[in-house]
Amino acid sequence: MSTIKTKPAASLASKLMQGAATVVPLMIVALLILPVWQALVMVMDWPPAVLPSPKLVFEAMYSTRALLIGGMLTTGAAAATGLLAAIVVGTSLGLLFSQSARLRLALFPYMIFLQTVPIIAIAPLLIIWSGYQFRSVVIVTVIVALFPITNSVTTGLITLRKQWEDLFILYGASRYKKLLRLQIPNAIPYLVLGTKNSTGLAVIGAIVAEFFVGSGASYKGLGALMTKWQGAIKTPEVVAALFASTLLGLILFAAVELISRTLLRRWLDKD
Amino acid sequence: MPQASPDQSTVAIQCQQAAVQFGSAVFQLGPIDLDIQAGEIVSLIGPSGCGKTTLLRAIAGLQPLSSGSIQTHASDTNDCGEVGFVFQQPALLPWADTLSNVQLPLDLISRGTKKTRQAAAIDALRSVQLEHASKHSPGELSGGMQMRASVARALVTEPKLLLLDEPFAALDDMLRQDLGQLLISLWQQRQFTAVMVTHNIAESIMLSHRIAIMRGGKLERVIPNPLAWPRDESIRRTAPFGEFYGLISDALRGVESVEGQV
Repeated sequence: MSTIKTKPAASLASKLMQGAATVVPLMIVALLILPVWQALVMVMDWPPAVLPSPKLVFEAMYSTRALLIGGMLTTGAAAATGLLAAIVVGTSLGLLFSQSARLRLALFPYMIFLQTVPIIAIAPLLIIWSGYQFRSVVIVTVIVALFPITNSVTTGLITLRKQWEDLFILYGASRYKKLLRLQIPNAIPYLVLGTKNSTGLAVIGAIVAEFFVGSGASYKGLGALMTKWQGAIKTPEVVAALFASTLLGLILFAAVELISRTLLRRWLDKD
Repeated sequence: MPQASPDQSTVAIQCQQAAVQFGSAVFQLGPIDLDIQAGEIVSLIGPSGCGKTTLLRAIAGLQPLSSGSIQTHASDTNDCGEVGFVFQQPALLPWADTLSNVQLPLDLISRGTKKTRQAAAIDALRSVQLEHASKHSPGELSGGMQMRASVARALVTEPKLLLLDEPFAALDDMLRQDLGQLLISLWQQRQFTAVMVTHNIAESIMLSHRIAIMRGGKLERVIPNPLAWPRDESIRRTAPFGEFYGLISDALRGVESVEGQV
């Protein structure tokens, strides 16, 4: 009757085992893909400008490593800044929408518009208005990352368990206390989920914006590098930049996952 | 020694022609007339969908009435802490520890200082033998412990009226009996008025002074419980318990040989 289910602290060995269990399957899939890719290049006899071999791509990665690392830092900074801004703006909008159904009805369609309009179509316009610079990339990233966060936070703020709502009504809780003690804590897992969904989008948004920014300035993000190398028909370098952008997405996602696990410890304690 | 029978002179809950009409008109509660004395425990029992929970929520003020009235201590004093409610699920907030969960009603009604609120919450946890779990999150507690924390939360404001909506339905039988005994002991200490929705005949007999039989949104009859107080689990093996069990069972099946009163 009086059992408290405390979890034992994970040892270093068990943490390493967990890490290995995550990484090993990824490595196995990569090792399976590489020979298939190499075989395809050999059998089809495509020129490197069409499909470079894994060897050429790895060589390109090594020779352009300084540019790629610089590109990852620039694009990563834009994506992270845009994501953080989207969290702040999306949470504020969610709080606003949760306070009034009418406001939600009036403004939410515009959020859907932002989500559905092709970013590739409005990015050039935004860059013309805001300049060929880092700020423009961040603005495009915010637009791309905003909707999942706003939508999730709004849902978390208004989707409450009936019994919790009854409890707060029973004790005559003010609107402010309900928001602070019930709605905001309830929305935190939703915010985390929305942020996870937006992380990949933020990287995509940053790179798409950099396609346009890169053509007009000495911008060094991954998207700008891709545009430049594509123009010079340096396909191995383009593929290398593609891998770098994937790695960037994984790093950002892992960072968000780590923060969310710490933040949601109590929520995750549930059976 | 606390009183074994309620205070006949004070009416704690008075339902007068209380009715709830839902929009669909498929289900209607009432009109219901029912007086519950101060310090009395009344069980509402009946088939699923007969309106037990709706009546309980109406008494709590959570369900607006279409017509009629329900007067309680709370509606007289306008004090939000006068009513405690135990839900079918513990409904604890997962982001707060057990102590904060139990303290929540006091925080919401802003009663006392932070220190006195915390002391009251610790007292409430002690009354359900759960003070050792105060710093644990609800997810770390067993189902029975969560329900005890939920009872502590309902009692922390020292309400005059305790409403329970099938509080032990999700628990196994042994745990149910333990929590039933805990409720009896808390009632003996605090003498609150209680209304409990249950599907369990034995539980209603163990815990209540009167048993209200409901069917199709109507209160069919209210049957006084003849069993003496104090009651412990051994009473389940006595002949009067068995006879009364049969009587309630017949009433639920609609057999007309029951001597009851509304």
